Parts: sequence; C-alpha cells; structure tokens
Amino acid sequence: MDTSPPGIKPRLAVHKFASCDGCQLTFLNMGETLLQLADMVELVHFAEAGPVAPDADVDIAFIEGSVTTEHDLERIRQIRSHSGFIVAFGACATAGGIQALRNFADAAEWVSAVYASPEYIDSLATSTPMSDHITVDLEIWGCPPNRDQVLGAIRAWLYGTLPAQSQDKVCMECKRQQAVCVLVARGMPCMGPVTQTGCGALCPSFGRGCYSCYGPAEALNTDSLCGWFEGLGLLPADITRQFRHVSNSAPQFRDAAANIIATDAGHGH
Amino acid sequence: MDDGLSQQPRYFLPRQSFQSLIDQLTLQGFGCVGPVVRDAAIVFDQLRSVSELPQGTRDRQEPGYYRLENSESPRWFSWANGPQALKPYLFPSREVLWEGSVDEDGSLSFKERITEPQPLAVLGVRACDLAALAIHDAHFLNGPSPDAHYARRREQLFLVAVHCSHPASTCFCVSTGDGPAPTCGYDMALAELDEGFIIDAGSERGKRILDQLPLVEVSAEQLDQAGRELDAAQKAQTRELPDGPLNRILFQNLDHPRWDDVAERCLACGNCTSVCPTCFCASENDVPSLDGLTSEHSREWSSCFTEGHSFISGQAIRPDIRTRYRQWLTHKLGSWIDQYGRSGCVGCGRCIAWCPVGIDLTEEVGAICKDASHD
Repeated sequence: MDTSPPGIKPRLAVHKFASCDGCQLTFLNMGETLLQLADMVELVHFAEAGPVAPDADVDIAFIEGSVTTEHDLERIRQIRSHSGFIVAFGACATAGGIQALRNFADAAEWVSAVYASPEYIDSLATSTPMSDHITVDLEIWGCPPNRDQVLGAIRAWLYGTLPAQSQDKVCMECKRQQAVCVLVARGMPCMGPVTQTGCGALCPSFGRGCYSCYGPAEALNTDSLCGWFEGLGLLPADITRQFRHVSNSAPQFRDAAANIIATDAGHGH
Repeated sequence: MDDGLSQQPRYFLPRQSFQSLIDQLTLQGFGCVGPVVRDAAIVFDQLRSVSELPQGTRDRQEPGYYRLENSESPRWFSWANGPQALKPYLFPSREVLWEGSVDEDGSLSFKERITEPQPLAVLGVRACDLAALAIHDAHFLNGPSPDAHYARRREQLFLVAVHCSHPASTCFCVSTGDGPAPTCGYDMALAELDEGFIIDAGSERGKRILDQLPLVEVSAEQLDQAGRELDAAQKAQTRELPDGPLNRILFQNLDHPRWDDVAERCLACGNCTSVCPTCFCASENDVPSLDGLTSEHSREWSSCFTEGHSFISGQAIRPDIRTRYRQWLTHKLGSWIDQYGRSGCVGCGRCIAWCPVGIDLTEEVGAICKDASHD
C-alpha cells in the first residue's frame, strides 16, 4: 500500500462531513503520539488541526461524518478521486450517525419544525454512510473510535496490510474487565450482546447499559435480546429506542427496530 | 460414617477471631483476596478486614438472573458464588506473553515477558472452584507444554476453601460430583456456623498458618450442625446433568432439532464461556508500536462463540450461532471427557445465571439426551 519512495512521507488527510467532530478529536487527543505521527506522515489536510488543502492528492484519507447534502455528495466523490486509501471512521461515516434518525421521519417536516427560516436549509432527506456512495477501503466503527483503532489502522496501512479488527460482542470485553453484567445483576437493558467491542466496555464498567456506540457485532440475534427486554418490562417503544441510537441506520439495527414496530402494530396497539 | 467433612484434625475458630486468619496470611507475605459486594454482586477483591466481608448477604440466582439480598445472619459465606472465582487470578483476561523488537542493526529480537507474582491467598473458594482449578492444572500444567505464566501464579496460590451451605437454584455440583464440600486441593477449609468456623488444614503450608490461630476445640454438636447443613445443601440442588456417556450421546446427535431451538435464543455473546471456571480459550494478538520497531504479543480471553475462534483458511467454519453453541456444549460435556478424563463442567451454574437470556445448559443437554438414541 505504501508505494512512496524512501524519504518521502505518505500524505494523509482528515475530512469532515455531517458530524460532531468527536472522531477528529481522536487524532487531536493523541498528545505526543500525534507529533510522532506527524513525523511519519505528512498531514496535508486536517482543518481542525490547521492544514487546509481539501483537493490535494493524498495516500490515505480519514473521513468523519455522514452524507446529508448534495454538496456532501460532490465532495466525497472528489475526495475519492484524490485519495489512495479511504478510511471511513466513526458512527456517522459507517452508519449515518444519530442524524440518520431523519431516515425514519419526514425530514422536511423536521426542518420546518426546528429552523426559524427553513428556506435556508438545503439538505437531503437522508443521512447515509460513506459506503453508500463511494468504495471505502476500511471502516472503523465507534462513537468515537478510540486512538488504538486509528493508530492500528495507520500502522497496518504503512505495513501494507489491514488492521486486526474484532466484531466480537461488548460482553467479551465486559467480562475481561471483570465488570458485573448489568443485564443479569440489575435487570437493566444493555445492548452489549449485539454490539461490537472496541470501547473497552466503558458503560457497563460504570454500571450503565451499553448504548451500542460501536454498532452491530457479527452473528447477531436481535430477536432474542428484544424478547428478553420485553420480559424485563420494556415497552415496544423503549426497545425500538435501544436500536435507534447512533447506529440506527446500520442495516441490522434498522431491521430490528422495524421488526418491533411491525410486530407491535400487528398486535393492534 | 462419612459426614462429607474432612478427615483431617478439625478445630474451631470463633467468629470474633477470624481476623487473625487474615492477619496471619498477611504476616506470612500473602496478599489476601476474598468475597466483597461490588456492583450488585459477590466478587473477589482485596481483603484487609473482616468488616469488608458480605455479612448476611444471600444471592438469588435463576437463569439470566442474579440478585443479592440482605439478612440478619452473622455469616460471611452464606451465598453460592459470584460471576468469577479463581480463573482471573491464574489465567488473566489479558496478558502480554512476549515482545519483539527491531534492533539497530536491523536484526529481530524476542523477549519473554516474565512477571513475578506475589503470593496470593484466596478466602472463600468453593468446591466447584477447586474442581475447576484441578481441570485448569491438567490443561495448563500437566500437558506436553506447561504454561509458564500460569505455573508461576499457581505456585504462589494459597487456598482457603469454604463449605457451601447455601447453594443457588442454579447449582448442580452434586450431579457432577464436585461439591458441595471441598475434599482436596485446598490449604485450609472452613465450615461456617453462626458462632464461627470448623477449620482444618489440607496442606503443610495450611497447617503452619493454622498453628498460629487462636483455635479452640470443636464440639460434637458443631460437627453435627455442619454435617446437617451440608446434607441440606446437597438436597437443595434440583438441577442435574443427565446420566450416560455424554461424549457419545452428544456426538451421535449433532443434528438434533434442539440445536436449532437453542440457536433461536442464544446471543453468541460468550458470557457463558467467560464466567465458566474451566473455559480456557484465548486469542493471541500482536500490537505493534506506531513506529513499527517494537511489538507486543498478548493473549486474551476468547470464546467458541466468536467468529475468530473457528476462523481457519480464510473463513469461519462455525459461521452461525447453532454450530457455535453446539461446539460449546459438545466440548464442555462431551469431548472434554476424551481430552481430560472428565467432563468440563463442575456444576457451578454460572453459565445459567449469567446468560443474558437465561439459557440453562442442564435443560439443553437434558432435552438432547431425553429422546436421544445412542450406542
């Protein structure tokens, strides 16, 4: 992957789309490691850190955020044509983010309800991940992804390989941390059993249920978990909300929520 | 008559003198861990004082359910178990095994990461935990390539066992033959009564500590009482594993419809394997530094419920939940017997209580064996 001649540093860009900037902070919060990284690669475009050259050719580009406007669509196609290896990182870039809740609503109605002058708002009816529009070479899930994932991806790319990524459930990490299961010991709804690991089981370690910041894990059984939530006394609307968090438009979560709504409607509520 | 209690000389340690056991162990250089209440469960943690013990705490366990309740009882060990026992102390959930580096001349060098563990005394170990430990010893120590990391920690371990007088509804150690009384593999064993502990030593090290304690004679009445409690603990267990050669029955029923049934409920989350005191599967990973000049090779707990566990030659050979659950059950209760001479289940019931959707291993294997044909 790294085909640059010796002595020439690979060129890196970090682009922002519809997002909260939290994923870019994963870079900025690296501290001294960011300086080390800056020695190894040339930071060509990273507006939040300083350098601005959005149309420059780069070897690797990190994309934060989702596609929510016509302009976004043009930009991401441009970036694709200027970038060797594209990493979509964060819940917005991989699943559409929290703003993808508009995908389940009347977006125009929301715009008119939220903005005093809705005529100035020019956005698409949907919020979609990068992979809906361009070929993405690597996805890093998480809201936000952690620094080890980002550094691991860069290191692997420099070696010319892909990083080892786990889609195991949060439960695996929760038990490694010796956290006590909040679902079993407190009857608290927790998305750990359907969410991929990466966060270090942060919420369950502090006695909170998992919010599914890292999106769907592999080998999912959302039906079984929903059934158990129901047994804990959660109403269909509460269960739907569990799936409609930052990864609401990841296909597995989108379908799980749709299923609950359809089943509930079938019961004549 | 065998009352199930040890045949070693037995003494009595009054409740008000129990702190002397912790103090003696500390004096002899052991770090002490024991049961404490944390995050709504009984967990093992550092123990300095008897005041940290879960006095009067009871646990109520059902499939997918664990709750603590308080009582007026003066007892510290009137609970069955928590989510973990000895496993994390001997087989840590994550540990660096070795590191590699690129030296200045470009050559590679590798260095084993050796830790020198401190002596550790664990108070409150149950019979099922000791049985699980014996299985881990067989796996980690007695095989063709003993695990040096496990061995170092094992050498430093001092075990204070406690008779189980309050089994949970999820317990079935009587059925597996592993409890409720610890019979061997401990340094010291306690049978708790309201007024104190019947105590005996199971090793020379244990005897040396025992000799330092303010013991009194144990009465026949106290021995009777402990015997009766043990008897009641056995009778209170309602779950069991089916009789019969499970290694044959399970492997002759690999297409039983129950596997499909359980796959509809199972989350493949791996909680059962993580809380299982005998599960030992791990994955090994390399994490290079950013400059690529050094790399750490570590292992961490994994599970047959993960994709990576069966990832061979570019694909997961157990891609779905059905085959993963079947792998767990057929190994735990079946092929384990061929591998280690006994079942991998010690009847602690953790996999039942800590399954987030309450899957009961005894019920699943029971359903498969009920109408199973076998040679």
